[in-house]
Amino acid sequence: MITIQELNEIKQKTLENMKLRLQEDSGKGLHGKHVLICGGPGCHSSNAEGIKKAFKEKIKEKGLDKEIKVSLAGCFGLCETGPNVEIYPDGIFYAHIKIEDIDEIVENHLCKGKIVERLLYEGSLKDGKIKQVSEVDFYNKQKKIALRNCGIIDYESIDEYIALDGYQALAKVVMEMTQQEVIDIVKASNLRGRGGAGFPTGRKWETAYEYKANKKYVICNADEGDPGAFMDRSILEGDPHSVLEAMAIAGYAIGSDQGYIYVRAEYPIAVRRLQIAIAQAKEKGLLGKNIFGTDFSFDIELRLGAGAFVCGEGTALMESIEGRRGMPRTKIYRTAHRGLWQKPTIINNVETFANVPAIIQNGVEWFKNIGTEDSPGTKVFALGGKIKNTGLIEVPMGVTLREIIFDIGGGIPNGKKFKAVQTGGPSGGCIPEEHLDTPVDFGSLGRLGSIMGSGGMIVLDEDDCMVDIARFFLDFTVEESCGKCVPCREGTKRMLEILERITKGEGTPEDIDRLESLAETITNGSLCGLGQTAANPVTSTLKYFRDEYEAHVYEKRCPAGSCQSLLEFFITEDCIGCTKCARNCPVSCISGKVKERHVIDTEKCIKCGTCMEVCPTGAVIKK
Amino acid sequence: MANVTFTIDGQKVTVPSDYNIIEAAKTVGIDIPALCYDPNLEVVGACRLCLVEIEGSRKLQTSCSTKVKEGMVVHTESEKVVKLRKEILQLLLDNHPNDCLTCQKAGECLLQRYAYRYDIKFREHDGARRPNLVDTSSPYILKDDSKCILCGKCVRTCNQVLDRKVLSFGGRGFDTRIVADANFSLEESTCVSCNRCVTVCPVGALVDKRLLGKTRVWDGEIKGVKCKACDYGCNFEVLSKKGKNIAVRAKAPSEGRPLCLKGRLTTELMYLDEPETPYKKEDGKFQEATWKEALGLEGVFEKILSDENDKK
Ligand SMILES: Cc1cc2nc3c(=O)[nH]c(=O)nc-3n(C[C@H](O)[C@H](O)[C@H](O)COP(=O)(O)O)c2cc1C
Ligand code: SF4
Ligand code: SF4
Ligand code: SF4
Ligand code: SF4
Ligand code: SF4
Ligand code: FES
Repeated sequence: MITIQELNEIKQKTLENMKLRLQEDSGKGLHGKHVLICGGPGCHSSNAEGIKKAFKEKIKEKGLDKEIKVSLAGCFGLCETGPNVEIYPDGIFYAHIKIEDIDEIVENHLCKGKIVERLLYEGSLKDGKIKQVSEVDFYNKQKKIALRNCGIIDYESIDEYIALDGYQALAKVVMEMTQQEVIDIVKASNLRGRGGAGFPTGRKWETAYEYKANKKYVICNADEGDPGAFMDRSILEGDPHSVLEAMAIAGYAIGSDQGYIYVRAEYPIAVRRLQIAIAQAKEKGLLGKNIFGTDFSFDIELRLGAGAFVCGEGTALMESIEGRRGMPRTKIYRTAHRGLWQKPTIINNVETFANVPAIIQNGVEWFKNIGTEDSPGTKVFALGGKIKNTGLIEVPMGVTLREIIFDIGGGIPNGKKFKAVQTGGPSGGCIPEEHLDTPVDFGSLGRLGSIMGSGGMIVLDEDDCMVDIARFFLDFTVEESCGKCVPCREGTKRMLEILERITKGEGTPEDIDRLESLAETITNGSLCGLGQTAANPVTSTLKYFRDEYEAHVYEKRCPAGSCQSLLEFFITEDCIGCTKCARNCPVSCISGKVKERHVIDTEKCIKCGTCMEVCPTGAVIKK
Repeated sequence: MANVTFTIDGQKVTVPSDYNIIEAAKTVGIDIPALCYDPNLEVVGACRLCLVEIEGSRKLQTSCSTKVKEGMVVHTESEKVVKLRKEILQLLLDNHPNDCLTCQKAGECLLQRYAYRYDIKFREHDGARRPNLVDTSSPYILKDDSKCILCGKCVRTCNQVLDRKVLSFGGRGFDTRIVADANFSLEESTCVSCNRCVTVCPVGALVDKRLLGKTRVWDGEIKGVKCKACDYGCNFEVLSKKGKNIAVRAKAPSEGRPLCLKGRLTTELMYLDEPETPYKKEDGKFQEATWKEALGLEGVFEKILSDENDKK
């Protein structure tokens, strides 16, 4: 069993080794260098391990292995530019690093102190000046709470977590505070659930605390089923102890001695790192019996989810842990009263938990000074779609969509025009240009007909057809509906059929009315959040882009030029009459003499696109 | 149990505080449509037909799962509720065969009843439909998946008996189906033909095959009887037409009664004028059997016959 003194000893000792990375100059000057390689989901799959090995070998070869440390850390966030490498204490960010580049970095930068400009992340070069990581646009508008340790600490080292104040909050809670005091802090902070609904965490805890029972449970929801979302995964992989510590704090607050982390089986790395972290915490007595010598005991076990999106819904998740089919329960009782195995249970999202130790450590005022009144703190978003810097960011609530997309995200690539941003995952809504200056928080997104959801953000540009986007998201929901309740099971399918018809140019004016009516039924009638939000992509696009629906229905035209069946192939004046298209057309619908402009018979054309591919002068266009 | 007083469709009602709105409504003759609710089964809130408006609550609430509260004001047929109900029924009919003409369930079918009540009709469309999977493998039960509305009652009732637990949900979303064991036919499955599931099915998706074509519910007479095969005394109905007893069917089990095939066959033998050949399942195959074999207990069998003879 660990004491607070021992915890502090580990902290001091380990901090000494982390100085380079933290750029903490204690006056004596920093000696040596530290190469930090991003081990986040994106970089991991593009050979981060191999890069680490190559760095180590090369550094050893140069005899510098005493002075230069090499380690992997959690996600840096800039997945677009991976594999990413940072060199400390210089704060230099290298992007798109290949094994072949390593020699040059070691020889020039590490040996001679000469920065390899060629390999720098492009955003860190401005007006010929090299900027430090912390100053580049991508990072300087961000504020890290949930991701505070990701990308800094070695995710397999409990000592490094402890060095950065890890487990201090738990120590303080179990040794100095009453249950009610802990709950009061969480309540006062107005921390809202980051798993989607934004429910006040403190209130949830209080409800469970006040309900007397012989057994209570704490569940961490790490199911993260939104396609394209990986914020929870990054926290679990980059800083697993922050979640364990928070769960123990929650356990203390509500009077529970057992926690479960429900994590997707498709996250094997997260699972492994959690297993390691749990074992480390148990070994040090930070989990298990009599934590810090008090009579508080708390254990955590993992439960693997089979991957159905709906299993992320709190009650379906509990059904799944209990060994039944993952279908949401009808809410007769609150889960804080009767949840897992009918016992009082609190369930929180990974990111929600990751905030808790920071709040206990730094206090309510500190937290409330970040973000908005409606939603204090920060939110992690996964940027995707038509945006330059795809990746993971954490920003204070209240920054505008424009700042996120254009300042941090770098705007739209290829000079295209921004059209809309889809927030909140598959059941979120599409927000158009005119609302880009909206400060982002739970309330504001809701008022725009979208949701915060788990923090997915997909940027759409002028080439994206909004009807087709709605169809795309609905297709996901139809696949993932559990089939329990009628409006969602039957209704979403019918909506999808209508959207498919419209994108094929077979829509009728009544179809738009039917979409609206179905949306209402599904939203008001469905049992769980999946159905209740399933229509959002449709209602929001109908609200902001109705003209696109009407163009499809009345004019059989896709304004974005994206719906294949509504396009016609056309040969422009640029045609040189090479006959290539006519020879390649599978249905021989192109006619024309050699050296004369060719013509497509659009009646016969099957829109295969072959002519466009083969034309040497780009004379074939879709319109 | 304390009582609560609340208002439903303008009427003040006092009921015990553990009542659901749907039960409380019944006490004053208000019939809230419900396809998945059954007082003997766990409440699941799946069909959404029983949604009602509660003043002060932003969302509609399912009356099968919502307990009454002091002072609550409930509207069971408000415009909003009715619109939603109609659309839910239309969604169900859009995925249901137009077969009421010859469906064995007609006259007792809840879907038919509610469609009539809310004036919803079958209509043509070229969208997807439930596949026409009909399981005829059992001589006792006809399982017609195309008519299933996935209320889940059959699953819940089958799972109430520990050593049965045959039925479950398979697939998901629009493709969800009720399956026996690992998607076996009823014959191959471990189904014991107790017909619990048949008694709770609100539509013609699970019907007693030994009733097929014999009578329409409105044609014959129905008399309730108690099973004599064991101490539970499960409830059965004897259907008769023109003075002849033509079929026996199980009534929904309650108060922990299990229902079983032997009991039903025993009742058939006791009451029917011309009982049909019984079948026994052996190694996953239904075989024609003699009555003695089907009922297993020869002693009991002889006793019943002699009891019956005594009565005559
Ligand atoms: C269909 C559906 C899927 C969900 N998936 C997740 C998920 O993957 N992770 C998560 O944390 N919450 C998910 N939620 C939200 C949970 O139901 C629940 O609100 C949340 O875990 C509570 O934690 P929080 O208050 O910390 O956000 C989902 C909800 C629905 C309706
Ligand atoms: S809304 Fe959809 S996912 Fe939720 S219970 Fe109903 S069918 Fe299942
Ligand atoms: S799109 Fe295909 S079918 Fe149409 S003209 Fe070109 S090659 Fe022929
Ligand atoms: S199950 Fe009901 S609605 Fe369906 S065909 Fe039979 S009687 Fe008609
Ligand atoms: S007949 Fe009985 S055992 Fe067979 S499926 Fe129905 S309830 Fe289950
Ligand atoms: S078979 Fe009948 S009881 Fe079972 S789910 Fe379908 S409709 Fe309901
Ligand atoms: S009866 Fe209430 S939801 Fe089906």
